[in-house]
Amino acid sequence: MTTTPTAPDAADTAAVRRAISSTPRPPRPGPLSAALTFGWRGMLKVKHVPEQLLDVTVTPVMFLLMFTYLFGGAIAGSTSAYLDYTLPGLLVMSVLFTTVYSGVSLNTDLTKGVVDRFRSLPIWRPAPLLGSLLGDSVRYVIAGTVIIVVGVALGYRPDAGVAGALASLALVVVFSFGLSWVFCVLGLLLRTPNAVMNAGFMGIFPLTFLSNVFVDPATLPGPLQAFVEVNPISVLATACRSLMAGEPDGTAIVVSLVVAAALALVFLPLTTRLYRGR
Amino acid sequence: MTLQAPLAIEATALAKSFGDATAVAGIDLAVPAGVIYGVLGPNGAGKTTTIRMLATLIAPDSGSARVLGHDVVAEADAVRDLVSLTGQLASVDEDLTGCENLVLLGRLLGLRRAAARARADELLEAFGIAAAGGRLVKHYSGGMRRRLDIAASLVVTPSLMFLDEPTTGLDPRSRNQVWEIARALVAEGTTILLCTQYLEEADQLADGIAVIDRGRVIAEGTPGQLKASVGTGALHVRLLDPATRPAAAAVLERAVGTVVPAPDPGRLSAQCADSARAALGVAELARAGIGLADFSLDQPSLDEVFLALTGHAAEDAAAGEPPAPTREEQPS
Repeated sequence: MTTTPTAPDAADTAAVRRAISSTPRPPRPGPLSAALTFGWRGMLKVKHVPEQLLDVTVTPVMFLLMFTYLFGGAIAGSTSAYLDYTLPGLLVMSVLFTTVYSGVSLNTDLTKGVVDRFRSLPIWRPAPLLGSLLGDSVRYVIAGTVIIVVGVALGYRPDAGVAGALASLALVVVFSFGLSWVFCVLGLLLRTPNAVMNAGFMGIFPLTFLSNVFVDPATLPGPLQAFVEVNPISVLATACRSLMAGEPDGTAIVVSLVVAAALALVFLPLTTRLYRGR
Repeated sequence: MTLQAPLAIEATALAKSFGDATAVAGIDLAVPAGVIYGVLGPNGAGKTTTIRMLATLIAPDSGSARVLGHDVVAEADAVRDLVSLTGQLASVDEDLTGCENLVLLGRLLGLRRAAARARADELLEAFGIAAAGGRLVKHYSGGMRRRLDIAASLVVTPSLMFLDEPTTGLDPRSRNQVWEIARALVAEGTTILLCTQYLEEADQLADGIAVIDRGRVIAEGTPGQLKASVGTGALHVRLLDPATRPAAAAVLERAVGTVVPAPDPGRLSAQCADSARAALGVAELARAGIGLADFSLDQPSLDEVFLALTGHAAEDAAAGEPPAPTREEQPS
């Protein structure tokens, strides 16, 4: 047991009575204020549990190094040519992997009962959900930035410079907002945080590999190629490549945004409904 | 308990099932304002589910409940404005510090940043966790965590507080502190609904008790009434002169109740449910000139009450069923 001997490890009944007799009830906070407070909570968690962030940034960096140096020459003729091709895709992968953790942390909250306290407060119902996604967006930005910085360190130079990198990052983060609701639904349906993690990666992992993140779909057999081309992750990776290259592919960008909006439109109401019912 | 006082909780035929399992089979409660009201029952009796319905966390399948005059379903937000919940599992965020937990709740309750911070410091100080305020809650001891959990429920003083198994797993010293805090709260005008499986806890704290078993209220009353309803209390006397025993037995038989001779020739016991009759018996003995070395009145313990009401002991039931903490009562 960790108790500090210097402090009185006991409640002071008189002080407790003073404390509870002295509070007028403040007005309820607005929806935005409540959501921002939950966003603050998410950021505190990033601060106190940085391991979570490590998990999601180390894997993509590992992939970046492995694919570039191991397969780069074989796939694209040279490691630098392959880095040019794959980095925007790895940015997509890195941030999308992070979205699984939105569901994991939601499920963790539920298993620990802290959500019961939030739900017994007179606050706007979706505030905890929206707020934790605001906090998660900090994680998305960090995960994306790590990949770009490591890429630049390895010699990656986007034609559109910093603006291109920022635009790609922004697009990926917006897409992640939509996708994260899918994992929130998983987080509400499954029993343990581990189950959410496994199910989440079971979905996102093959989807990421069966896309144009690592290889040019032109080299793939027909049916697989057809799938890869309609895979939204391919579209998003294409959009990011075009932004990095300074030649924005309007169709890919719009399709990415539409997919994100559609995911949010379906899974956000489902999330709030499931959350209410728990 | 004043029956005229406005009711803090009024539940009628409240019921909830999870799949095939009936957690609460129709509970009626009438809890007056300003008291500690105990809901006593073994694990799995439906206590937590009842609290979760009253605290607007889950909707009842049938029946209705009003908390401080507001319907728990139709006016859930009005109820949430007035109550706070201290869960069986300490519902604070383990990955934050104690101080951050309180500031977070202060902000969510509408305090401005500086006010929330000041309130957090005040509560940490009052609850004896000021020195640990900057440490992550996952490193707290059980007693500290429970105190923080209660402090978290008091960031804004609630009119009604749900205390669900507040001392489960605590050492006696921490348990006594939690009891003191509960008494202080009631002294300041908060109503407390206390769910407990500890008979002693209900006896110590509660002004009124509802005993529940298998999702139903099986008895209700003050701790004294519940004991009296079992009616096996007894007046014990020790005589100065064993020779006066036959005379004393006759007096007690007339004034108190059935006399049970004790093995000790200087002692006598008479079955007696209430203290007024016992006092009368002692007075009658004095009038008859029979001297007493001492006398005592004992009442049946709540354990005996539970056994008499349910046909099984509280502890047996608790041991025989798997524990049903908050989350596990829920379908996932």
